[in-house]
Amino acid sequence: MSTITKVFDWVNHRLPIQNTYERHLSKHPVPKKVNFWYLFGALAAVVLVIQIVSGIWLIMLYTPGEAAFASIEYMMRDVDYGWVIRYMHTTGASMFFAVVYLHMFRGLLYGSYQKPRELVWIFGCTIYLAMMAEGFLGYVLPYGQMSYWGAQVIISLFGALPYIGESLELWIRGDYYISGITVNRFFALHVVALPLVLIALVFLHLVALHEVGAGNPEGVDIEAHTDQDGVPLDSVPFFPYKVLNALVGIGVFMTVFAIIMFFFPEGGGYFIEYANYEEANPLVTPDHIAPVWYYSPYYSILRAVPDKLGGFAAMGAAVAVFFVVPWLDRSNVASIRYKGILSKIALVMFGISFITLGYLGTVSVTEHRKTMSIICTVIYFSYFLLMPIYTSIEKTKPVPDRL
Amino acid sequence: MIGLTSAFGAAGVPFAATPFIASWNPSASAKAVGAPVKVDITKLAPGQQIQVGWRKQPIFVIRHSAEAIKNLDSSLSKLADPNSDAIDEPYKNQNPTRSKSSEYSVLVGVCTHLGCSPKFFPEVEPKSWDASWTGGYFCPCHGSTFDLVGRVFKGVPAPTNLKVPPHNFKGNILTIGEDEEMS
Repeated sequence: MSTITKVFDWVNHRLPIQNTYERHLSKHPVPKKVNFWYLFGALAAVVLVIQIVSGIWLIMLYTPGEAAFASIEYMMRDVDYGWVIRYMHTTGASMFFAVVYLHMFRGLLYGSYQKPRELVWIFGCTIYLAMMAEGFLGYVLPYGQMSYWGAQVIISLFGALPYIGESLELWIRGDYYISGITVNRFFALHVVALPLVLIALVFLHLVALHEVGAGNPEGVDIEAHTDQDGVPLDSVPFFPYKVLNALVGIGVFMTVFAIIMFFFPEGGGYFIEYANYEEANPLVTPDHIAPVWYYSPYYSILRAVPDKLGGFAAMGAAVAVFFVVPWLDRSNVASIRYKGILSKIALVMFGISFITLGYLGTVSVTEHRKTMSIICTVIYFSYFLLMPIYTSIEKTKPVPDRL
Repeated sequence: MIGLTSAFGAAGVPFAATPFIASWNPSASAKAVGAPVKVDITKLAPGQQIQVGWRKQPIFVIRHSAEAIKNLDSSLSKLADPNSDAIDEPYKNQNPTRSKSSEYSVLVGVCTHLGCSPKFFPEVEPKSWDASWTGGYFCPCHGSTFDLVGRVFKGVPAPTNLKVPPHNFKGNILTIGEDEEMS
């Protein structure tokens, strides 16, 4: 036995390296036929790594507190390649949401949340929630105009809560306005607390997924037909089949990522808002406040309700409703391919309303747009709240036995 | 024994949590900032508004024309709370301007919805947000509207009228942040 094998054996008897590697990577069975929609989970993992690495480097260049804005200008102008590191992180934020939205849509499309994958879905929704908090905190850190006024709006949301609202706002800010004190605590949460939560949740998401196995676009239960070792007949091992497959997707994704990072880092004002190149000024609200694109659908819902507490509640409900989708869908099939016409119409309407709300959230309010956002909000919630009805009354097609 | 140990441990939780929660309160130095500010309003013309910073909040000072004061009651039916009953109004029923002066209004320029700073649109002309606009404030964030003395209109997200800060007038000097001239 060579020395390397000996060392490996010694470690392996004390730490389940080989076991874990085979169970979760090399021999992990995955459905043999899936489509591009099944790539976005892997891409989200890639972006998470990009965010962690670029984030660590940003901490080296960034000064929290009220000097934050100056430190952003410093890293953008004076530090070699500082601008790349920063744009990597800002592009990464938008790309993170882009792939996660597509990943979530895949879930709705192919019923990925259905039994036995309810927990996988719930961990996923929690990751999404943590990401929204992480994104918000991160956006405040440069202490530009949009950082300031965006945070002002979001923190004021807590003021809508009865009785405790105003003191809660003060407690979150730690000052009478969003000052360096607020930036400091957001910095701590953004770089330490929430990343730890996110990583733990991603771990749970994957462990739960590997326990029940990945789904497929047909909604076929591949566990129903296994060989004598218990390996599903319609599966292939993760390595090399899935790995090589994912690498192609990652290659395309990285190319898009690099093009945005180098040539369109502001994304036309959707990824980084132009007003954020001005330092925070507590006395002047920019003419037009809009969130970055990935929050804008919820912002529209907030604006659609002409009541402070009601708007806050509707916005919260719009996110919270994702958690209960596994119990709203009463269909006996998982995939949209075998669901009835009602489910198809509902999903298309939902997609249109989500995108329209997203657009409306980035533009200023007029009476006409307000009406539009109310209609879209109703459609958005109808998709979820009517799901128990339309999924149980519609006629579904028979699902094949094998993949 | 298990119960007792658990109870002992549970009793310790609020004690352990206290420093972590309490350290988020405004610090002594954050509380200390916020002295009153003085503004010379000599040069303010009728119909004009200036903006002053007090405790890092925008304060609107408006000098109304006699006509604007007269027209304040014309949009009464559109206001949600014309007499400021829903808020703690410091100078209630003293002047139609809601301030200590019959000509000037002093308002905290922070929208009572989500804290943006509303914009001043004094002209009486149709606006994209209201075809029968009679002058006042429009919040660019979520479209809340207020009249020229900061009273909120019906059907907008803002729940209450703009706040009036403590202030006093002495000649041409307006002091924001205290009720009575101290010296």
